[in-house]
Amino acid sequence: MEQFIQQFASGLANGAIYACVALALVMIFVSTDHLNFAQGEMAMFSTYLTWQLIQWGWNFWLALAVVMAVSFVIGVLIERVILRPLHNASVLSSVVVFIGLLAIFHSMAGAIWSHTIKNFPSPFPNVTFAGSGILGPHQIGMIGVTIVMLGVLFAFFRYTSLGLAMRAAAQNPVSARLAGVNVGWMLALGWGMAAAVGAVAGALVAPMVYLEPNMMASILLYGFAGALVGGISNPAGAVFGGFLVGVLENMVAFFGNALEKSTGVYLIGNGEKLSVALIIVITILTLKPSGLFGRVTVKRV
Amino acid sequence: MGALLEVSDLEAFYGPTQALHKVSFSLAEGGITALLGANGAGKTTTLRAVCGMVERRGNVIFDGKPISDQSTESIVRLGVAHVPEGRGTFTGLSVEENLRIAAYTRRDKAAVAEDLERVFSYFPRLKERLSQQAGTLSGGEQQMLAIGRALMLRPRLMLLDEPSFGLAPLIVQEIFRIMRSINERDNVSMLLVEQNAALALDLANEAYVLETGNVVMSGPAAQIKSDERIRKSYLGY
Repeated sequence: MEQFIQQFASGLANGAIYACVALALVMIFVSTDHLNFAQGEMAMFSTYLTWQLIQWGWNFWLALAVVMAVSFVIGVLIERVILRPLHNASVLSSVVVFIGLLAIFHSMAGAIWSHTIKNFPSPFPNVTFAGSGILGPHQIGMIGVTIVMLGVLFAFFRYTSLGLAMRAAAQNPVSARLAGVNVGWMLALGWGMAAAVGAVAGALVAPMVYLEPNMMASILLYGFAGALVGGISNPAGAVFGGFLVGVLENMVAFFGNALEKSTGVYLIGNGEKLSVALIIVITILTLKPSGLFGRVTVKRV
Repeated sequence: MGALLEVSDLEAFYGPTQALHKVSFSLAEGGITALLGANGAGKTTTLRAVCGMVERRGNVIFDGKPISDQSTESIVRLGVAHVPEGRGTFTGLSVEENLRIAAYTRRDKAAVAEDLERVFSYFPRLKERLSQQAGTLSGGEQQMLAIGRALMLRPRLMLLDEPSFGLAPLIVQEIFRIMRSINERDNVSMLLVEQNAALALDLANEAYVLETGNVVMSGPAAQIKSDERIRKSYLGY
């Protein structure tokens, strides 16, 4: 039983990271209808920046705050400089640009910091306490930081007028312009915020997966999965989907191991976690293509 | 009364297709001008061209300033509020958010609250539905919301695209009555596009008749209304 709780809890911790990535993807998707394939590599690059500042003796949180700001600016610039001219281009052109960005960030990180795996310090003190066997301090920290960040974002979108303008621009760009909203800048802001969220996700997950240019590859996949399961058009749904995928993958491994222990039959283990999670995703999407909480879009033709 | 809006030689394009051919008209400060004509005559395109929503050429002068090379959002902020065809409701936002969005750059909270009250004085029904999702409103209420959102911009000129579209006659009467009182009480000039010519000519002081992207007739609304020949050949009633 304790093992079950432990697996469940650490699934939640991983899920927190997937939720961040899913949220970053959704933030760009709702306003542009594009999936940013470079989201993971952008987060990875931001994580290297954070690592570099820490190496130079900066405090973790200060470094993270500065890198969030830098990532925000990079995100805004990418939208303004690279994607803006493609505004009316076909979806495929944008996809190619995203893949190009992915390759660029990947090789830049490798060229600047080399491809060797690096340790990334956890910002949370390594202490033991009642229950720390179930969930370690870093995992608790991960969940805590994610929840705080989600809360801040929710409040921003719900209660500030800039957040309202961003939601309006995403929902109905034509009407938003008629209400005096500069829709182009709202898209750029969305890109910036997604990049900053990615920077946080990268810095939180790096102590567990270690720092290297491929670190975000599978996490991006899980993030996609979470976003799709929850509903790619629904930020809250995407966050839930992220947590759900995190818990699911651990549960699959847990029950597989339990089965092997009791019957000796090896069916599923840690190695099959990813496949099973993805099978579940495909099943959900086959039954409910807009995701669990996504709204069904009807297009007039 | 000087001209608030002066449009001359306005052309508009959808890709390679030219939809307006050198359209010229003017609108007096405080006046209501109707643009009439059949489907496809270019009425909606004229409104879109005035506020920069389509590719256009020609001169548009608003309050003495040329606006023909400005972006939609800056034209809107100069005081030109466009109530679009189909009402442009933010269906996923609440009624209150639909109204507040038009004031989002403004810091003067007291004045924004005052403007909200002004909208409610015209449309008390919106106040009752403040926290309701705008997509669940009836067609008439969404039209009221669209005009209310335009009012939140403190406009000097309102461009109204078929405010009667798809609404029951009683609601249409109510909305046109309110439009008249907005025009009189708040001195908002109006450029009105309507299929329902009789209705529009009752409200307007001036009218222009468009046909396939050209102005074919213009004059005081009363005169056009009383000219049977014009009514029969262009307005179809």
